Order: sequence, then structure tokens, then C-alpha cells
Amino acid sequence: MTQSISFTSPTRRGFLAGTAAAGMALGLSPYRARAAEPQKGGTLRVGFTQGSTSDSLDPATYSNDFMFATSYAVFSTLIEIAPDGSAKPDLAESFEATPDAATWTFRLRDDATFSDGKTVSAQDVVASIRHHMGDQSKSGVKPLLAQIEDIHADGDNVVVFTLAAGNADFPFIFNDYHLTIRQDRGDGTIDPDSRIGTGGYVIESFEPGVRIELARRDDYWKQGAAHFDRVTILKVGDAAARMNALMTGEVDLIDRPDLKTIHMLERSPNIRIHTQDGTLHYTMPMHVTTAPFDDVNVRLALKHAIDREAIVQKVLKGYGTVGNDHPIASSMPFYNADLAQHAYDPDKARHYLGKAGLDSLDVTLHTADAAFNGAVDASVLFSEAAKAAGINVNVTREPDDGYWSNVWLQKPFCTSYWGGRPTPDLMFSAGYAADADWNATKWQNERFNELLLAARAELDSARRTEMYGEMQQLCQTDGGALIPAFGQYVSAMNEKVQMPEQISEMWDLDSQRFIERWWFA
Amino acid sequence: MTRLQKLILSRLALGIATLFVVSALMFVGIELLPGDLAQQILGQSATPETLAAFRAELGLDQAPHTRYLDWLSGVVQGDLGQSLASGREVTDLLSTRLANTMFLAGYAAVIAVPIAVTLGLLAALWRNSLFDRSANVGALSAISMPEFFVAYLLILVFSIKLGWFPTLARIDTATSLGQALHVTFLPALTLIMVVIAHMMRMTRAAIINVLAAPYIEMARLKGVPRWRVVLRHALPNALAPIINVIALNLAYLIVGVVVVEVVFSYPGLGQLLVDAVASRDFPVVQAVGLFFAGTYILLNVAADILSILSNPRLRHAR
Repeated sequence: MTQSISFTSPTRRGFLAGTAAAGMALGLSPYRARAAEPQKGGTLRVGFTQGSTSDSLDPATYSNDFMFATSYAVFSTLIEIAPDGSAKPDLAESFEATPDAATWTFRLRDDATFSDGKTVSAQDVVASIRHHMGDQSKSGVKPLLAQIEDIHADGDNVVVFTLAAGNADFPFIFNDYHLTIRQDRGDGTIDPDSRIGTGGYVIESFEPGVRIELARRDDYWKQGAAHFDRVTILKVGDAAARMNALMTGEVDLIDRPDLKTIHMLERSPNIRIHTQDGTLHYTMPMHVTTAPFDDVNVRLALKHAIDREAIVQKVLKGYGTVGNDHPIASSMPFYNADLAQHAYDPDKARHYLGKAGLDSLDVTLHTADAAFNGAVDASVLFSEAAKAAGINVNVTREPDDGYWSNVWLQKPFCTSYWGGRPTPDLMFSAGYAADADWNATKWQNERFNELLLAARAELDSARRTEMYGEMQQLCQTDGGALIPAFGQYVSAMNEKVQMPEQISEMWDLDSQRFIERWWFA
Repeated sequence: MTRLQKLILSRLALGIATLFVVSALMFVGIELLPGDLAQQILGQSATPETLAAFRAELGLDQAPHTRYLDWLSGVVQGDLGQSLASGREVTDLLSTRLANTMFLAGYAAVIAVPIAVTLGLLAALWRNSLFDRSANVGALSAISMPEFFVAYLLILVFSIKLGWFPTLARIDTATSLGQALHVTFLPALTLIMVVIAHMMRMTRAAIINVLAAPYIEMARLKGVPRWRVVLRHALPNALAPIINVIALNLAYLIVGVVVVEVVFSYPGLGQLLVDAVASRDFPVVQAVGLFFAGTYILLNVAADILSILSNPRLRHAR
């Protein structure tokens, strides 16, 4: 597949998409039999783990699945991540870049309307994006938008972004749930609490941390989407309560069933467990600027002293795959499948310790279940496995409260997770670039950072594959992040709930766009 | 002014002073917790710039005592302020949750208190009988099991096996009273099982204590029937401790039901408080905390007054 500079239907994940399409055509998908044509109707009731009384509709503050799913149902984004992983125009009709990929022009659909009937204009888009930029912004997506030097509307239908440097993956940013489009108030700002959106559903009632009731818009501009008549999302924080509610038919779909008791749910004949591979991964970042982690041999010793398989089996209960010390998931574009897998090998770990001039090693791993569910167990398993290599991993349990402020990025060795990003560039820029706010390992590999910039502005797909492949290898052999496992997203639903054969696997539940994409049998 | 009125007034004044102390303690407590609202909301995606912008917008960059005094001056003027996290008025946020909590507490209390007192009386009346023993064993077993365990057992039997009641206690403004009583029956039953033992045992013990007094012996000697001895002679004199323990349990039903709320996903004040503490939303924590403290104070004052009214020796000055 060649990479065209201007694309209305991007083909970045050409190969994967192609094979998936072949699978669909041959009827190989396990859901083929169930997934008939989407039908309209029904009320979908969802039980979600997350959701808080402190949630608000302000797009700068979304921080949990409840708000992500709501955001995608009620509002829309310029592009969406298609099931094949490509960036598909949504509110934008098309987008194109100059050859240096530094100026991007997004053309808006002219039939897209807000729920109050107003047509979406370029001014609305500019105001919505600006809400997340500038000194006053408290948005979580602010660092991602720092590359934008200028946004302006060119007429009513065209928005032009000028970037500080070329970025071939720039459109992917606009799938972010923060970057939903609201109405311009006329002064270049948006009303953050406004309920008027461009999505397939309108909010009937919203009680933060309890429930939201959505009803389908009859005049929704997008064809073949928004099949449910109504959707109710309930926050059911307790895993047992969620599973009970699914079993008794009070909800149709739940996220994050308790993996320890999921086999009980499986016994129920009307319930289906659904797993997605996704980009979610668990990490143990080491500060490469702090001794002893400043020695690459120490890092490699630790990378070979962890029993990844045991963590997948015992902590993730088999719902995951082993990681290879780089953050790119096998489902992502430009995944390097040729890298040798790092495995548990105490002898090799000892060998690397020897190269570092050490007989034994004492390190402290800071952890809390706030990092990810099971982080403490995983750390203890690591500690036990590492003993065989003469490495003493001292597990220090930290409080869940304030973990991200006081431990992550602060302590030289801790546990963490990444929800994943749609492309290697976004992932590397967020967590591994030398100047990234969240460079959790303080890694400053020159070659890696050169490649990052070069690949970002490169529009040739083959060259990019090569560059991203090398970057994954650098992460694996030189980087400071120990990435023991990729987690699967697990959800459970009753037999009525149907989904397309291929769904987006970046985040849980069709990347949280299930409300618009799924339907009832 | 009678002695009783004076007592009530002085107790209420003390109560208000207590509330001030409580609010200051809660404020210090929240300040001591690691992280602030900006960090809790932004979580992993926090950067120094976004944190600073967030704090400036919410006034979290002010010194702690300034923020406390600002809040306090609002409260004395009857303004509980806005939630820092969602910007909603705290009074709005509280009102539905408060109604839900009071509904569930009232539901449980209306059933639990009469049953507990009656069981206690009967157990005292038939002391050491089979009835007494089984009532004690039953009540003590119920209280010995943690609430969430009782709740899961009830869900297993009544929701999953029998299908009589829903597992999620969802109520909103559109729910009719009948529906509300139906969907909240299991949480109410859980609470009933947890509070009954305490009240029943106290009733039994208080009555038995009085039954040892000489005037009871006198009543028995002059031929008063046993049930009448218990009801007419013993109960009035045992009221004070019973009232106190009922007040304590009522307070518990209002302030201590977080676990039951979580298990049944019931939108009460407990959940609100947990969410608010987790996000360091201090005006909401303060409002809920003050309400809880006020509940304890008022119920204790009420219990004391009722105890005095039930005791002629205290009612009339010597």
C-alpha cells in the first residue's frame, strides 16, 4: 500500500485492514453467525465501573469511561478511529496535509448539525479545540496540542492547522474524547457545560456518578449509526453488583467483570464474555538517570528477571499477553513482529549483572493498585522471580491517593500503565520522547528522538515501518521501561447485544464508541 | 424558662460549637491527604501547567486558611458553595442524595425499631427460654456477618434464585412510592439485620436489669401478671438506655451505610461523600460531613431529652 499525501479514505493500516476484510469476506469471524444487519430499537442499559459525582460535561475534565462513552455518544469528533485502526473522517469530510505534513487542512461535512439544528461551522471547531489550549486550559489533552502553532477557519467549512513541525499522524489526535466539538458562543469560546452536541444521542437526564439517560436524535446526520432508541449508563462501582445486575437482566452490558469470578458468569447461558486485545499495557518505568538504572546492563538484567508469563497467568488470570518492553501493541500499525521476545531467564539476568560489575542488586519498586488492578501482586511476583537472579526487589506499597502525583514520575522505579494510543508516534511522543511531560523513564536516547522526528514527518509507509521498527527495538534494549504485559479489555453482555465483526480495539468496548456502533438482535 | 428548655438551648449551642470544630478538623483532614482536586481529576495526565491552570481556576492556589475562612463566611450566610469538581451548587447536589438516604434510613428504622424492641421485650419476658435463645442467636449471627456479606446473601437468594427483588436499588424522582419500597427492600433488609441485634439486646438487658429491682418483686408478690409487670413496671424505667441505643442506631442508619449503598448502587450520601473525598472536593465533603455530625448531635440531644422526659426524677428539680 502506498501512502498518499492527501487522503479522504486513509489506508495507513493497509495490510491489517486488508487481511481483516478478507476474513470478513470469507465469513471467518466468530461473530459472523450472530452479527446480522444492524437493527434499530431497544434500550441499552450499561453498568460501568467508573463514573464519579465530580464528573462534569466540560470536555477538559473527562477522566473516566463513563464520560468517554457519553462524550462519544452525545458529541462527535473530527475523525474517528475506524475498526481497522485507520483515521476515518467523522465531522470532517476529508483532511489533507502539505508535503511536509506541517499544515493540515480539514474540510467539514456540510450536513452535520447540532441537536438544536445549527450546522457545524469551522468557527465551532476552532473554539472547541482552543478550549484545550493556552495558559488557562486545564485540559488533559493540552500537551498533545502544544505542537499546534495556529488554527484558523478558512470560510465556514475549512479549518487549517499549522504545526511547529511535520506530523503525519496528526489527524489521529482528533479521535481523543476530549476533543469533541461544541458550539462557538460567538466570541471564540465554547460553553463547557452545554449539552448541545453533534452526536447521535441527546442527554435526557444526567446525574453525575449515578446515571445518564440518552435518547436517539431523529435527525442524526450520520448514516448507519446510532441504532439503540435509548441508552442508560449506570455507575455500578462494585464488581459483584455489576455481575449480579447482568445475571438478573437489570443491565445488558457491563465492563470489567471480576476476573476471579468470571467463570461463574460464563456458566450463565445467556451471557457472553467479550475480550479485546487492545493497547492497554502495564509498565514498570525506571529512571535511566538514577543509579543503578543508569547502567543499561542493570536495566537488561531486570528485564530478564521478571516472569512475564506468570504475571499474565496469575495477575491477569490469562486475560492478557506478555509484553516485550516496548509500548507498541501487536494490533497497532507499524508493530515490529521480528523482535526477539524478552523472557524470564535468571542466568541471562546474572550475565547482565556481571557486565554491570555487580554480584547482586538491591532495588526498590514503588507500587500501588492505583497503578493498575493487581500491580501489587505483580510486583511481589517479580520480587520472587528476581531472587533466582540474585536481584533483591524490595516492594514498597504506596498509598493509592495521589499515586500519579507523588510516585509516578517521582520515584526511580514504580508501576504504571498506559491506556494506549492509536499510533506509535502518539505513544512514543506521550511517554518516551526526550521532552515529553510524561517521559516516565527520563530516557534521552539520541537516535530514538531523531527517528521520532523523522518518522513523524515522513509520509512514506515503508520508511516509517523501518523507523518505527528500530524505535521499538531501541525501547526494548536500551529504554527504561519494563513492560511485562499487555492487558485485554474484558466485558460481559447478554445475548441481545450485537456488534460488528470487526471493532476498534484501542480501548475497551469498541474504543468506547459502542453506543453508536452496536445494536440489539 | 424551664430547666428543660434551658438544657435544650445549651445543648444546641454546644452542638453548633461542635460543628465548627468538626468542620475545621475535616478541613485539616482533607489538607493532610496526599494530592488535591486538580491532581485527582487529571490523574496520570497531569502536567505542571495544567495543574497550575486548574488550581488557579478553582482558587486552590490560595493559602489553606484563606480557603477555609472563605468557605466559613459563606456557610454562616447560608451558602454552602459550589462543588469544586463539577461546579454544581452543593445544595442541589445534596438534596436528592439526602432524600434518598433519609428514605432508606426511615424505611429500615420503621421496620427495625418495633421488631427489635418487641423481640427484646419478649426475650426478657421469656428469659432463657428457647425463644430467648433463638432470638439471641439469630440477632447475634446477623450482626456478626459483615454488611456486604449479608447483602450478597440476600441478593443470591432473593434476586438471583427467586427473582423477587432487583439487585440494583435504582430510584429517581419518577419512581412511585410502591416501586421505591420494592427496589430498596433488599438494602433496607440488610440494614435491618445489622441494627436489630444491638437494639434488641439492649432492650432485653435493660428490662432484665430492672426486673431485679425490689419493686418488681413487690408487683409480682401482689399478683400482677408477668407481661403486665414487664410492660407497666419495668419498661418505663428501662426506657432511657433503650432510647439511647435506638438513637445511636438511627444515626448509624443515616451515616454508616456506605457499604450497603455500594453493593446495591444506591445513590445516597455515603457514595457522595466517598466520591468527594476521593476527588478532594472540599465543599462537598464539608457539607456532607456537617450533615452527618449534625445528625449525631441532634439524635443525641433528642435521646437525652426523651430520657429526661421518661424519668420523673430528672424531669422535676429536686
